[in-house]
Amino acid sequence: MREIDSKVITKAVRDLCIEANSFLPEDIKARIQKACDTEPWPLAKSILGIIKDNYEIAEENRVPICQDTGMACVFLEIGQDVHITGDLETAIHEGVKLGYTEGFLRKSVVRDPLDRVNTGDNTPAMIYYNIVPGDKLTLTVAPKGFGSENMSQIKMLKPSDGLQGVKDFVLKVVEDAGPNPCPPVVVGVGIGGTFDKAAFLAKKALMRSTDVRNAKPFYADLENELLEKINAKGIGPQGVGGHTYALAVNIEEMPTHIAGLPCAVNINCHVTRHKTVEL
Amino acid sequence: MIKKVTAPLTKEQLKDLHSGDDVLITGVIYTARDAAHKRLCELLAEGKELPFDVKDSIIYYVGPTPAKEGQAIGSAGPTTSYRMDAYSPAMIAAGQTGMIGKGKRGPEVIEAMKQHGAVYFGAIGGAGAYLSRCIKKAEVVCYEDLGSEAVRRLEVVDFPAFVIIDSEGNNLYETGRKAYLDSVK
Repeated sequence: MREIDSKVITKAVRDLCIEANSFLPEDIKARIQKACDTEPWPLAKSILGIIKDNYEIAEENRVPICQDTGMACVFLEIGQDVHITGDLETAIHEGVKLGYTEGFLRKSVVRDPLDRVNTGDNTPAMIYYNIVPGDKLTLTVAPKGFGSENMSQIKMLKPSDGLQGVKDFVLKVVEDAGPNPCPPVVVGVGIGGTFDKAAFLAKKALMRSTDVRNAKPFYADLENELLEKINAKGIGPQGVGGHTYALAVNIEEMPTHIAGLPCAVNINCHVTRHKTVEL
Repeated sequence: MIKKVTAPLTKEQLKDLHSGDDVLITGVIYTARDAAHKRLCELLAEGKELPFDVKDSIIYYVGPTPAKEGQAIGSAGPTTSYRMDAYSPAMIAAGQTGMIGKGKRGPEVIEAMKQHGAVYFGAIGGAGAYLSRCIKKAEVVCYEDLGSEAVRRLEVVDFPAFVIIDSEGNNLYETGRKAYLDSVK
């Protein structure tokens, strides 16, 4: 049994919150650069150039890429041979609080969805636990902006809707979103499981590097096909027209019930942030 | 060609602003998001004065990050505008002439823009670090309890935006997409 002090987790979460908000992942940067080089529509191209300048300014000056520094989504993969001393959940929230206050990040969380009083420190975090074999603890912080979160949808399709139903739904979500979620976006799709699991899979899909396709060739092909169809819509970056609407489509799938075909689409803006450490 | 826009934005200036125009905005603008709009519109409904001069005003839908030492303001890109659709017609009727945000607007807002004279500018969503450089001064006007959502008076210089919807109701989100698709047919 390996022991990890919860104070170590607090410090790691704090640092990840700050770093994830200033440094865009390399795969996203590479895709924005590629879009800058290949976008045929002049206004779209100039917007992509500013988006590139923006993440470079953020990186150089260590300031947030976007003012919506998000809700802190924290994913833990806890080895079953790890013992955490202290209160894990409190340690995570404390890390978010320190990261958002000491890191000059925006406090965007309200204590109740209807009375809407700001908690003042961006807590609570949205926490996802997963128990895995081994004695390591992998921690990912993904600050999720709500301009794009608000454009996400879920649908309980019928088995008879099949593959075509999934394609139609993903394209409908993109059409509904249009210019709102700060395109270019990354599209996370979750297929199968239950109502809640499909939504989780869509979010998990956004944590995967856009350089990595789904391990199953069928779904990898579907990712490529949907990316092409989305960009053929011509909505373009920021919705002003152009080719580049999505940088990538990532799909995660899992078994489901004989009666169901849940499908969730979680949209992320071009500021698709996540950072991981292994403790 | 890039057009220079000065704020406050007079009705006279609106005539020269057309959907698709690239603009640089210089002058004094105000910030407000959902929570501040709710309070401002409650004041209007009660027939009370607003805490700033709404006539010819440009309102930027933004909730900035806290400023670090030496910064006028933290990262400050636009938030999605449709959440202000419930409030914008009343604000436009009260004299507001410009809105800066990103994303679609509802028909009731576009109708108010045509009726009273107002334009909707789009700033680049997600470019908060870049756009904050064009904001030279920021001070809270009211609703400090709302934190990032407080109403701020901003002095901006050459703040980049596009005219998405002009005062005649022409909409770049529709025409830009169509023009691009026609070009690749």
